[in-house]
Amino acid sequence: MLSKRIIACLDVRDGQVVKGINFEGLRSAGDPAELARRYNAEGIDELVILDITATLERRRALADTIRAVARELFIPLAVGGGIRTEADAAAAVDAGADKVSLNSAALSSPELLTTLAYRYGSQAVVCAIDAKHAVDANGRKIYAVYSRSGSTAANRDAVEWAREAEARGAGEILLTSIDRDGTKIGFDCEMTAAVSKAVSIPVIASGGAGRLHDFVDVFTTGAADAALAASIFHYAETSVHALKEHLRGHDIPVRL
Amino acid sequence: MLPRVALIDYKAGNLTSVRKALAAVGAEVFTPEAAGELADAQGIIVPGVGHFAATAALDAEWVDAILARVGEGRPLLGICLGLQWLYEDSEESPELKGLGVLSGTCRKLRGGDHEGQIIKVPHVGWNSLERIVGAPILEGVADGSQVYFTHSYAAPITTDTAAATAHGERFASIVQRGQIAGVQFHPEKSGEVGLRILRNYMRMVG
Repeated sequence: MLSKRIIACLDVRDGQVVKGINFEGLRSAGDPAELARRYNAEGIDELVILDITATLERRRALADTIRAVARELFIPLAVGGGIRTEADAAAAVDAGADKVSLNSAALSSPELLTTLAYRYGSQAVVCAIDAKHAVDANGRKIYAVYSRSGSTAANRDAVEWAREAEARGAGEILLTSIDRDGTKIGFDCEMTAAVSKAVSIPVIASGGAGRLHDFVDVFTTGAADAALAASIFHYAETSVHALKEHLRGHDIPVRL
Repeated sequence: MLPRVALIDYKAGNLTSVRKALAAVGAEVFTPEAAGELADAQGIIVPGVGHFAATAALDAEWVDAILARVGEGRPLLGICLGLQWLYEDSEESPELKGLGVLSGTCRKLRGGDHEGQIIKVPHVGWNSLERIVGAPILEGVADGSQVYFTHSYAAPITTDTAAATAHGERFASIVQRGQIAGVQFHPEKSGEVGLRILRNYMRMVG
């Protein structure tokens, strides 16, 4: 039976992991390659490098980070943040990324999803969607999509945009709840289920993980295929292994 | 000297990860520009992700060269789309022929409702290997080990199937017939289990 995936996200700025890191035994808490090794040893199913660098030098620094992380890693590696063009995606893939994640660029140039799916295969193309609960002009409840790190309303509904992204060639949807991000009160299961049931490609839930049981909820009520978290692992509030033991205890298939 | 293994690049996906994993298990990998360069390959790997139509690039010249090397006993490994290409054909591109060294037709996985469970296609993620028969490519791999898949089409279970995987239905996830082996998943993305399988292949290469 297909396992539910647990994905760790490394927010990287200028080649260093940012957000608090609290692992014991790490020589340099901010070294992405060292953190990636640690997660791999703990049984993480996949890694995402999210580049939040805002400098002109970012592309070269990002490629170096990808190369360093990918060197000894034999699990899927996705890269997102700042990928705006086919050339950006190619640089990430050439450095060792298995998947590229597009967010604002997919909204402004949705044909980029198709171009990349044609060049690398749909399995390499992740469409990241940031959305929150809202009501449209007709009073209809929607999941409003935002671009540019949640700052700009895209005037789209997440369910409708996910369907279009799939049709255009995206192989996975990374769905982040703006309402829940950083709150640690649990994933947005309602929104995740709505999107997951509307597409046949996998949906990765993100935003709001706080307790072990939040993951049980998102895999059952939320119908998620994978769940992504950053700080819950970085701060060593829980290990990947402990999380998977908990999931298995609740009859959720995992790779242990 | 490291064994020289030809990794055939027919423009079906990026080969960076496969190359890296093969280097990690002690192969000297080269990417032949022309079929003639297969002459001194000690092993041949056909990787690939994407649409079966991409295998059209493996024309008669490549097929003849590959079959000639296999005839000399040099091990052939198909990965993902490369495994599907070992069969006679695929529903995905009915007008094309596969290499035809294994019998059967690759078919699309039937998603949807399977006993109350919604099965999504494509099949993406970690799933387990159910050992059917012992085979050199499976050596040292524990029954139930998980590996990373990403595909929509799959090969039928036949006498060549060494391990099966279930995603709504069961399909062949590892196949071996003599010096010909194939894996539906991505060994280069499947952690230690994947590296073990690539090492087993390198042992076949010698």
